[in-house]
Amino acid sequence: MTTVTVEATPKPRTERRALQATRLRLRTVALYAVSVLVGIGVWQLLAMSYGPSLVASPSATLSAAGELASDGTLTNSIIASARRILIGWGLGLLVGVPAGLFIGQIRLVRQLLEPYIEFFRFIPPIAFVTLAVVWLGIGESSKVVLIFYTAVFIVILNTSAGVMAVSESKLRAAASLGASRRQILRGVVLPSTVPYIITGARLAMGNSFLTIVSAEIVAAQVGLGALIWTSRNYGRIDWVFVGIITLGILGFVFDRVLRIVASRVLRRYGVKL
Amino acid sequence: MTNAIKAATTPARAEKTDRSGHGAAVRVDGVDIRFGSFHAVRDISLDIAAGEFLCLLGPSGCGKSTLLSALAGFVRPHQGSLTVDGTPVTGPDPELGMVFQSSEALFDWLTVRQNVAFGPRMRGRSRAEQAALADEYLGLVGLRHCADRYPAQLSGGMRQRVQIARVLANKPQVVLMDEPFGALDAQTRQVMQEEMARIWQASGCTVVFVTHDIDEAILLADRIAVMTAGPAASVKSVYPVDLPRPRDESDPAALELRRSLRQDIGEEVRKALRDQGLDTERDTELAPERSPELGPESGPEEER
Repeated sequence: MTTVTVEATPKPRTERRALQATRLRLRTVALYAVSVLVGIGVWQLLAMSYGPSLVASPSATLSAAGELASDGTLTNSIIASARRILIGWGLGLLVGVPAGLFIGQIRLVRQLLEPYIEFFRFIPPIAFVTLAVVWLGIGESSKVVLIFYTAVFIVILNTSAGVMAVSESKLRAAASLGASRRQILRGVVLPSTVPYIITGARLAMGNSFLTIVSAEIVAAQVGLGALIWTSRNYGRIDWVFVGIITLGILGFVFDRVLRIVASRVLRRYGVKL
Repeated sequence: MTNAIKAATTPARAEKTDRSGHGAAVRVDGVDIRFGSFHAVRDISLDIAAGEFLCLLGPSGCGKSTLLSALAGFVRPHQGSLTVDGTPVTGPDPELGMVFQSSEALFDWLTVRQNVAFGPRMRGRSRAEQAALADEYLGLVGLRHCADRYPAQLSGGMRQRVQIARVLANKPQVVLMDEPFGALDAQTRQVMQEEMARIWQASGCTVVFVTHDIDEAILLADRIAVMTAGPAASVKSVYPVDLPRPRDESDPAALELRRSLRQDIGEEVRKALRDQGLDTERDTELAPERSPELGPESGPEEER
């Protein structure tokens, strides 16, 4: 009876669907390309009307990038910033996910921690730059801690929202099938929360990129943020442009990788990106 | 496959002692359930024999599901007691399996086989035992060929069969079912009802089955308990269904039973509608207030 409907899915239909998907993807890529080209055109027009002291033209930016790449500055900056972001963001996930699970699951923990979360999430990381340097010195740890700070709250909030959205019937089903509280947390609550965690992780990644420049304001030798700040001192607008555009591209690539990996590995948890 | 099940069910049916040995007697004694100031269920008493199939029938919102939740240990009664083979129900218990109305209760991230093996896994059975139980009960509901699919890849009827297999794999004494076929289309529902009768006979457990479908109750139940309209619902009357199985809807005795059940429930539905203010008499009373003179055009003028 019902089995027939599923088994009888004809093969040509899936093939047609695959073809359609490919066509759709090509269309998306083409539109992306058009959009980028138009953007570069507008940029070129702005550069021509305002002059090189205000807006570095696309070609000037490209040659500045070549200049910075040839002596290794650009690569080193990318590596330094990417490392800080990945460590801070990773720690944010490592702390934020369990914390979010407990906050969502145990009312006592939620009531104890909620005031702090609601307080700190409104204070931007740039407000802590001075304190971070005073407390942690000018080494890597002050930057990583600032990134961690900007990542952890959004992960906690999303995870705990996910926990509270777990369907009541799943929880009841697990309990009546003989699962203990701990088994329910690991076997039902955590898997149901995965899509929320991924959303939190993506938002946290965005926050980390927003924070890296302020984290590198003070006393960073290398990094994209440091590049932007020191270029200002040298009056090199074209270098500033290189730093900004590299940050944007790096963020785009990180988010893309996260989305692709998450939707491949975590697909059965309902992660659709 | 169907033949194998028939072969397996026939002896189980013949040996009545074996069947009742697996199910447990359920006793509902003066149960009263409140949620805050809301009085859901009032003074319900029911004795359900071991291995019996009891249908709770009543208008929607009458507290059938609430009573079932209490039996499953999800909700604690305000007063009265619930016992299974003399042991009080104190919380969720693998001996009291629950099939939910919505297949949302399945674990979407697990395959069908893993869903069915969930209970045995939680209870620390070996991997081999888990696999054997999953296989056995997927076979019973006719889904062995779907074992490696995910719930989202199945139809509604198949998903409900997975739920049933998942509960039975725990070998519960009592299976509680909350309108399990309510969300299915009419054809699938009919097939599922026939399947259900067969599965119940094969498993031998006690079943408490909530429904608002009179025909479904007649097709499946040993006894039908009709509930009054809520709030503060109680059991109105209990009908034994002394009809041979498999049931035939066109049997004169079935038709007669259907008539009296319809009348019994009809009264409750009318009472519920009256309580909700949906009575026809009140509608006519309200009608003159919406006279054409006070149409939408006159509204703005009044405001000015």
